[in-house]
Amino acid sequence: MSTSPAVEIIHLAHRYGEREAIHDLTMSISEREIFAILGPNGSGKTTLFRVLSTLIPLQQGEVRIFGCDLRREGFAVRSEMGVVFQAPSIDKKLTVMENVVHHGRLYGLSGADLRTRADEMLARLGLADRRRELVERLSGGLRRRVELATGMLHRPRLLILDEPSTGLDPGARSDLWQYLEQIRDANGVTVVLTTHLLEEAQRADRIAIMHRGELNALDTPSALQAAVGGDAITIRTSDPVQLSADIQQQLNAHARVIDGSVRLEQANGSQWISRLVERFPDRIESITLGKPTLEDVFIHFTGHRFWSDGDVEGEPVGNGRKKKH
Amino acid sequence: MATELVSGIESVSSTRTVPPWPVVGTLCQRELVRFFRQGNRVFGALGQPIIFWFLFGAGLSSSKLDYAYFFPGTLVMILLFTAIFATISIIEDRREGFLQGVLVAPIPRWTMVLGKVLGGTAIAMLQGLIFLVLGWLTVKEVSPGFAGLIGAILLMFVVSVALTALGFVIAWRMDSTQGFHAIMSVLLFPMWLLSGAFFPLSVGGWLGWIIHINPLTYGVAGLRYYLQSASSAAGNPLPMWICWAVSLFFAAVMLAACWWIAGKRTTRDML
Repeated sequence: MSTSPAVEIIHLAHRYGEREAIHDLTMSISEREIFAILGPNGSGKTTLFRVLSTLIPLQQGEVRIFGCDLRREGFAVRSEMGVVFQAPSIDKKLTVMENVVHHGRLYGLSGADLRTRADEMLARLGLADRRRELVERLSGGLRRRVELATGMLHRPRLLILDEPSTGLDPGARSDLWQYLEQIRDANGVTVVLTTHLLEEAQRADRIAIMHRGELNALDTPSALQAAVGGDAITIRTSDPVQLSADIQQQLNAHARVIDGSVRLEQANGSQWISRLVERFPDRIESITLGKPTLEDVFIHFTGHRFWSDGDVEGEPVGNGRKKKH
Repeated sequence: MATELVSGIESVSSTRTVPPWPVVGTLCQRELVRFFRQGNRVFGALGQPIIFWFLFGAGLSSSKLDYAYFFPGTLVMILLFTAIFATISIIEDRREGFLQGVLVAPIPRWTMVLGKVLGGTAIAMLQGLIFLVLGWLTVKEVSPGFAGLIGAILLMFVVSVALTALGFVIAWRMDSTQGFHAIMSVLLFPMWLLSGAFFPLSVGGWLGWIIHINPLTYGVAGLRYYLQSASSAAGNPLPMWICWAVSLFFAAVMLAACWWIAGKRTTRDML
């Protein structure tokens, strides 16, 4: 990985009226990496995407893209960047080719050069035989490919995507990731995407975990998983609060209550299972052992479950969830 | 929703911009392609002038009303409704997501405005011209000479640009087409009614005042002057240079308003 950053975010903050969507965010994304911004709805990742894409103004802090200041060198930033929105920005009433051509002209391409690139791009994305088809007749997966074709047509050095897998079936999702890996390797494109899919983030080079507008962790997927430490043990029981307290007291191990289950992260998980079962034979309904998943990673770093807004220790949290769109 | 405004990106100098006119052209072309691809819109666009021509012809001749007087007013109504409805599509563009792709492209905002406005204008002109040609061919009171016809077409263009731009300004911040219909009935329809299209300029009192300050009045008066036959020339209550000046000013102000409103970047752009 190259040392000069593709994207540099310094003390970025963004508010919608009273509500702070991003709080003092600083991070840097290297060239030629696939960088996933992972977070549940309301984590601020979509706001971050909108700021990076220049769709909404930068309020506070600094953003540099390939060294260009987002605030002052907007045109330069925009020309270097391909943007794929969550809601498709292609025109459904136009054909695949028309969309690609119109888009190319918005980025200053014209004539033979535009035609050649459009043909190339459609061939590469397997859309060559669909060029005359209206976009409204295409499936979600094919539409996303058209979006990728328009986003990559002007050969940007940075491609940013907002939840690109939304609405895609597993096959199309896998195609998408293959394509992203391909443009990273063959064209040296930096890819930044937001996602709320844990298994998707796993394929990225690095993951930034965002929660409630803050960056909670940033590393490679394996490093994040290693940071959780050992194995994840989940115990189902009728009184999780009491059991976790007893585990802490009697076994001196950190146990947490998450969604009505008791959870421990320990090296040598199998030994811990026998120890737990021996100590609390009547109180364990079931016990499972697993390698830490990204969900464990998320819980580890944020103290929250990924899919709920409740705190791990069971205290209800009355924060306003961000409304999407 | 926060409405804080931050200066638009185009106020900033940068070395890398794309050539603007192909952008205007491509956006305008897109409007037309979309229009012709939606069969019901084309049907409405071609049907409306024909029906108006037919009904007005039958109605006015049977009641001995002055066809030459009402013809330009009807023409302007066609321009008004078509131009304005063409720009409602900006609401759709925003909702369907197309607009966001345009907003993050390295183009100045005025190119987007002009592309949209010229696209709407072209559609309005198409309908207006159909109505004009039908009238010209079949109604003896509507028989302008060649110069009059050219003058009328040019003035139609200016009026269409002004009205399309007015539609753009209204539609830009709207998030639903329902809201647009309210504006239509309280603002746009009265604007047409009080443009001299329906009531004569000589009507006195406050109504007369409104007619005189309505910029559309000058477009209607100018078209009426151009379209009447030379023999029935009854003169024009308004000097032609004023008709042109006001219409051009109207179009310029509306275009500037579009540019201004679209140049402001707010958090609502993402809607």
